Amino acid sequence: MAKPKIATAALSGCFGCHMSLLDIDERILQLFELVDFDKSPIDDIKEFTGPVDVGIIEGGCCNEENVENLRKFRQYCKVLVSIGDCATTGGVPSLRNMVPLEECLREAYFDGPSVYNPSGEMPSDEALPLLLDKVYPCHEIVKIDYHLPGCPPPADTLWEALVALLSDKPVELPYSLIKYD
Amino acid sequence: MNETLQDTVTRICSSFSGDRSRLMDVVQAVHDECGHVPRPAMEMIAQELGISRVEVESLISFYSFYTDQPQGQVVIRLCNDIVDRMSGMDRVAQAFSAELGIGFGQTTPDGTISLMYTPCIGMSDQGPAALINDVVVTNLSSDSAREIVQELKLHLDPTRLIKHLGDGNNAHELIQAMVNNNIRLKGDMLFSVINRGEALNKALNISPMEVIRAVKTARLRGRGGAGFPAGMKWEYTRAAKGDKKYVMCNADEGEPGTFKDRVLLTELPDRVFAGMTIAGYAIGAEEGILYLRQEYAYLKEFLENVLQKRRGDGLLGQNVMGKEGFNFNIRIQMGAGAYVCGEETALISSCEGLRGDPKNRPPFPAQKGYLGYPTIVNNVETLCCVTKILELGPASFNEQGTERSAGTKLLSISGDCKLPGIYEVPLGIELSEVLKMAGAEDAIAVQVGGASGQMVAPEDFNRHICFDDLSTGGSIMVFGAQRNILEIVHTFMDFFVEESCGYCTPCRVGNQLLRQRLELIMEGKGEPADLENLEELCQTVKTCSRCGLGQTSPNPILSTLKHFRPVYEAMVQEEKDGFQPAFDLRESLAVSERIIGRQSVHVHS
Ligand SMILES: Cc1cc2nc3c(=O)[nH]c(=O)nc-3n(C[C@H](O)[C@H](O)[C@H](O)COP(=O)(O)O)c2cc1C
Ligand code: SF4
Ligand code: SF4
Ligand code: FES
Repeated sequence: MAKPKIATAALSGCFGCHMSLLDIDERILQLFELVDFDKSPIDDIKEFTGPVDVGIIEGGCCNEENVENLRKFRQYCKVLVSIGDCATTGGVPSLRNMVPLEECLREAYFDGPSVYNPSGEMPSDEALPLLLDKVYPCHEIVKIDYHLPGCPPPADTLWEALVALLSDKPVELPYSLIKYD
Repeated sequence: MNETLQDTVTRICSSFSGDRSRLMDVVQAVHDECGHVPRPAMEMIAQELGISRVEVESLISFYSFYTDQPQGQVVIRLCNDIVDRMSGMDRVAQAFSAELGIGFGQTTPDGTISLMYTPCIGMSDQGPAALINDVVVTNLSSDSAREIVQELKLHLDPTRLIKHLGDGNNAHELIQAMVNNNIRLKGDMLFSVINRGEALNKALNISPMEVIRAVKTARLRGRGGAGFPAGMKWEYTRAAKGDKKYVMCNADEGEPGTFKDRVLLTELPDRVFAGMTIAGYAIGAEEGILYLRQEYAYLKEFLENVLQKRRGDGLLGQNVMGKEGFNFNIRIQMGAGAYVCGEETALISSCEGLRGDPKNRPPFPAQKGYLGYPTIVNNVETLCCVTKILELGPASFNEQGTERSAGTKLLSISGDCKLPGIYEVPLGIELSEVLKMAGAEDAIAVQVGGASGQMVAPEDFNRHICFDDLSTGGSIMVFGAQRNILEIVHTFMDFFVEESCGYCTPCRVGNQLLRQRLELIMEGKGEPADLENLEELCQTVKTCSRCGLGQTSPNPILSTLKHFRPVYEAMVQEEKDGFQPAFDLRESLAVSERIIGRQSVHVHS
């Protein structure tokens, strides 16, 4: 029987959640025995090669590319998991939701005290994805099957959840793994 | 007037002896004289009462009848609650707006008239209704709204708008209101002939413990909504340690669709005050406070006069009715437009001159209430029942009703029925019977218990009105076939979002989320899982909120999800691609596209 496949993506996050995933230490070897990685920054596969069992999303959606990416994950993954506060709530990037987008951009490119922009242009290259009106948590864009909170969720939490998902067991994390104060 | 603002504030504060706990009255008085509370006055009030400015500002910002911004000499507050909406509020609103040339929340350019919305003003049986300053105008139409504005422009005197007086005491020289009582069914408990002074006299001839025993034997439960046994509450309060004790009568009547206390205060004020006095005797209190909602300010002078007469007749004051050592007096505390102040601990906060924030319980008011002293809070109707129990004996009271819900109950029936108004019925009565009396046989839904109550479907019209089945503080709102259930529920959610005191997150944020999700479903952007989700969120808000407001605000959604499920199901559809229908990429990129000056490659490719 072929090994189950997983895919991961970092949208509008800091990669801290992926770091936490790596923080499972030597269990990473076990993980590679358990699963094959498809599209993921971990193996640097850029496009899905086919359907995937579990998709893991770090970060929320701040621009059009994030949305496209997330929707693709929804199409390819049987189970989709939001990990970390950015993915589940918008997190730190969503602090900008309190300021209108136009003001954010003006501050970033024109008015900020350290801005040097003699041409006075707003960057508009097509390679730069357009920003959404605000930062959205993932479940507001597509359906998400599981949410793992934390900034980042601890390695053990990620590990336990993954093992349960991959072995078709119910994800029942002990309180100590989802308690953050 | 040559008095400076400082003089005014000083005069007002000293008329309340610089007592910090009378901040509501101080602010009200400044408001009355200046039309608003000018910001410099806040500092002055704070100085005079020895508190910080922010306490004053915080209080002013809390209550909807207070403002720190200049407003019109005349303020029109149109009720925008559900029953009035159904009776044509929209047209009235448009007429007011067009004739005044301003929108809601605005003041005419000459600064004379302001226009705004307000939740239920307790006139649901004669809506659309509005408050024009203290004056109540009822049965409005677009024509009468236009006439009102035209007249106000001439004289700016709301009292001159009253062309015909209502029935009963509404025509009393100290009330002079166009309000009608609409008493449709007089039971023999509350609306029977009373012998002024008799109940009190009988109470004073037995010991306080015997009074409490009588109330317990009668099995009287609170009429304000929660149904707590009155005698038990009194017993606890009597037993609690305290140098002083207080009796409070809850006349905040803010639950949408409830207007029975209005009628009791209009027609039976002596019984309300007698009930308070008896309660005072029973628990060992010397002071009572009637907390009257600002919407009923038109009754204040009348009620003050009744109190005055009672003092003159020895029914209040030193040695009440010659009973050596029993002194009791009553003052009226005006509210200022906050539903949550009907919650007993918030009511106490308000009487203490604080924001109307509920307090943590325990300690319960029976142990530590007003100013820290043991306090009972009872509904107007509960106290009326007490007089009857003392006058005719407990058996006369509990021979009606059921074992656990003794006595009669006043219902305020409104909405799609032929005979809206007040009905005194024995508890335990079938809802269908009530509907028949009110001429509402073809109802498709009935909200029992106000916005915080539950929506009942026709298959449940054989359920019983009592504390253990369909419990209500009196509000029964009837909806006919032409009504949209989700819109009704949405109106209730608007109400809770507006009225949440904001202290605790589950209620402050939760109600917003509930409304948002309801809106998504109403817009056809929901899917079946959203219904479960909505239900779960309702449970979270109910379980985690601090006071009764948040603990009951999800009820309209929950009860309609249960009894009117098909209405919701018709609005949602399964999404096959797993994308959220509520998210529109194109829309969310519109701002960016405009600022950056190019189109999205994703959306347009
Ligand atoms: C949000 C909220 C509003 C309330 N409003 C009223 C009210 O307007 N009148 C009332 O008598 N009780 C109201 N209550 C119930 C009171 O907290 C309290 O239970 C009641 O006044 C006790 O009197 P009773 O036992 O005689 O009914 C309200 C409760 C809540 C939670
Ligand atoms: S949740 Fe925390 S660790 Fe994860 S992406 Fe966001 S900021 Fe980084
Ligand atoms: S439940 Fe609502 S009204 Fe009650 S304390 Fe909390 S925020 Fe205030
Ligand atoms: S007065 Fe408008 S609904 Fe009660």
